[in-house]
Amino acid sequence: MSTYQRPLALFWWLERRSYLLFVLRELSCVFVAWFVVYLLLLVNAISDGATSYEDFLDWSGQWWVVAINVIAMLFILLHAITWFGLAPRAMVIRLRGRRLPPTQVVAAHYLAWLVLSAIVAWLVLR
Amino acid sequence: MADEITLEVARYRPELESEPVMQSYQVPLREHWAVLDGLSYIKDHLDGTLSFRWSCRMGVCGSCGMTVNGEPQLSCATFLTDYAPGPVRVEPLRNFPVIRDLVIDIDDFMTKLPKVKPWLVREVHSPVEEGEYLQTPEELDEYKQFSMCINCMLCYSACPVYSLEPEFIGPAAIALAQRYNLDSRDEGAEERREILSSPEGIWACTFVGECSAACPKGVDPAGAIQRYKLTAATQSIKDLLMPRSRR
Repeated sequence: MSTYQRPLALFWWLERRSYLLFVLRELSCVFVAWFVVYLLLLVNAISDGATSYEDFLDWSGQWWVVAINVIAMLFILLHAITWFGLAPRAMVIRLRGRRLPPTQVVAAHYLAWLVLSAIVAWLVLR
Repeated sequence: MADEITLEVARYRPELESEPVMQSYQVPLREHWAVLDGLSYIKDHLDGTLSFRWSCRMGVCGSCGMTVNGEPQLSCATFLTDYAPGPVRVEPLRNFPVIRDLVIDIDDFMTKLPKVKPWLVREVHSPVEEGEYLQTPEELDEYKQFSMCINCMLCYSACPVYSLEPEFIGPAAIALAQRYNLDSRDEGAEERREILSSPEGIWACTFVGECSAACPKGVDPAGAIQRYKLTAATQSIKDLLMPRSRR
């Protein structure tokens, strides 16, 4: 039986907003990895002493490092927001026999994010 | 309202063409006519060589899935008047090999579906004399939504992961596995776990969500998959911490 298989267009991911979002979210993992590397470099610089830490700060202040970090943060935000958005679809939580509304599951995630950010901010700024 | 509408239909006759070509037909534009009625009109009055699948004409059998103006749709539940003044482009479902005109090869889905054992699995079947396996309305609600799946494969057509990774078991098969996993009468979750937790199972899904948007029956396969990801992850951690507890 000879069948016809439609070839995948090169820009198939531009056909729909959801496809574009999907590809961007896949791409966001590169930036998640970048933040891990950046954090390790920071920890390494701190462990090497004050001069090394100052050098790291100078390096981080360069325009292109700042630019990478800003782009990385935007991708991390996309990653986190879409992740939180799917949480109520994955988590079916019952309280006293009734299913917790999806908005409350999402709200709990944002609340946890806020609390953790506040703790980190307190640790860094105190 | 105009009394006719143009249907641009994809034709693929392997003995004539190496790839599909579009052919236009003028069909009556009637208020209660679905795209499928337009195709039947072509078949009966204009061109008997046109091939397409259909059966129930009422959104139950899942046979008449097609790509209508770029969207996966049941052609029996997609009305011509919604596309007036036209033209309406009718193509076979995407992500499947085309056998002829609008007829796709569904072997891949038919091979994958039984792998998730979409039926009630019981370790011991009670004798018929003991009657039905009873269930409360709450227990029914747990899985009812997923039981609405009619195997129409629109979700596969909408899924970019399936088009990129054809090994992916796919949205409907996973939703149907969950339909039984969440059924209080079923005891087969462990048997379904290996296939569902494999790289071709839930972990291939990256939550595009188009499967749920395409579903004509309001099933949420994307939700079913994310939910099972959480179940599988929790189960893996349990196995790691308590290796002896696994049945």
